[in-house]
Amino acid sequence: MKPAPFEYVSPETEEEVLDLLRRHGDDARLLAGGQSLVPMLNLRIVQPAVIIDLGRCPSLAYITVENGSLVCGTMTRQMTAERSSEVREACPLLAAALPHLGGTAHRNRGTVGGTLAHADRLAELPAVALALDAELLVRSAGAERTVAASGFFLSDLTTSLREGEMLHAVRFPRAGVHHRAAFAEVGNRRHGFAVVGVAAALEVSKDGACAGVRLAVMGVGPTPVRLAEAEHILVENPFDADILRTAGEAAAQSVDPANDIHASAAYRRRLTATLVERAVREAVA
Amino acid sequence: MSKVEVRLTVNGAEYVRSVEPRYLLVDFLRRELGLTGTHIGCEQGVCGACTVLLDGQTARSCLHFAVQVSGSEITTIEGVSAEASLSPIQDAFHRNHALQCGYCTPGFVLTTVELLRQNPSPDETEIRRGLTNNVCRCTGYVNIIKAVAEAARSMPTGEG
Repeated sequence: MKPAPFEYVSPETEEEVLDLLRRHGDDARLLAGGQSLVPMLNLRIVQPAVIIDLGRCPSLAYITVENGSLVCGTMTRQMTAERSSEVREACPLLAAALPHLGGTAHRNRGTVGGTLAHADRLAELPAVALALDAELLVRSAGAERTVAASGFFLSDLTTSLREGEMLHAVRFPRAGVHHRAAFAEVGNRRHGFAVVGVAAALEVSKDGACAGVRLAVMGVGPTPVRLAEAEHILVENPFDADILRTAGEAAAQSVDPANDIHASAAYRRRLTATLVERAVREAVA
Repeated sequence: MSKVEVRLTVNGAEYVRSVEPRYLLVDFLRRELGLTGTHIGCEQGVCGACTVLLDGQTARSCLHFAVQVSGSEITTIEGVSAEASLSPIQDAFHRNHALQCGYCTPGFVLTTVELLRQNPSPDETEIRRGLTNNVCRCTGYVNIIKAVAEAARSMPTGEG
């Protein structure tokens, strides 16, 4: 199928983008990398009157490390972030998750901000953002606010962005020397939609025990969720096989997945246990 | 609906056309330029039949509007070899019977161009992972993987 007709604008500054958003409101959709939006346009799931293309606005594509954080502008291409030494050093969990996002062709074009703002229930970066307590920098004409990841992802394809607002950038805390991270997922393809994925961010103490841990799982509900019970079992304990297994079981018991055509609820629960173990083991390996 | 000007360099030649903003890059290539080697499969970015090189990187031409990439350089299957000859990758596909109906082949070849440029001697696992987002509905994957491995062996490093 082909998209319904729309008016196309490609502003070159962020001010113009925000002004267009203010004028068109919900009649407009922002086009970032288009790897999720264009399929929805082709299938006429969405039929906006106006498409505001962010691809010609260079000020939205940047990676900086500043004041203890890594900041990615919304139009940073996923492949650019994946290949960035700054991302690898400052945010290893983001670097670990990025190769899972899609095929090479999708990651060449897809953007960091696009996948966050799209908020697909099976997207990896919302889980990464939640695990790291990332901050979403949101702008509208003449205003700016910061939203914690825990308050940004409201449901499948739904964020707390309001009419006239745009995700400007995402800020991740910079990893310290004791930080370890891994992202583990199972899907039908290596680089396609996952069934379940787990993001693990750890702090390791000098004696090799767990000094801090943040786990987020995706694929078990409309948004990623933190795994507080599993975190509680891991923290201040050594990373031995029994502890990891117990944490995995606790994670599985704490989630409430549904059956769908891709996997049963029971399988998603098993994957949650397995992937918590796997992600933590990989992180500290 | 008002039209917009699109200017693209495709396989080294420059083209300027006026199309509707909703016109997909794949339709621009096929209908406006007559380059029908780029195939339309799923129109939702899953199958890979429409894969082209956009400024040197693989991209789904069904997931871009022509206007959005105006000013870019595109390489399609028609541009991977000189006229009436086969590139080393195409030749390896031919020799290994890596195509049956051929519908997916242009996408596989362009995906392979990028794969071998980034990793000139991939092992089988790396080939499988590199091709995982291209679908062959004839399911001729074994020969496709053999062809990519043979192409890698036959090509001097960096040649695409």
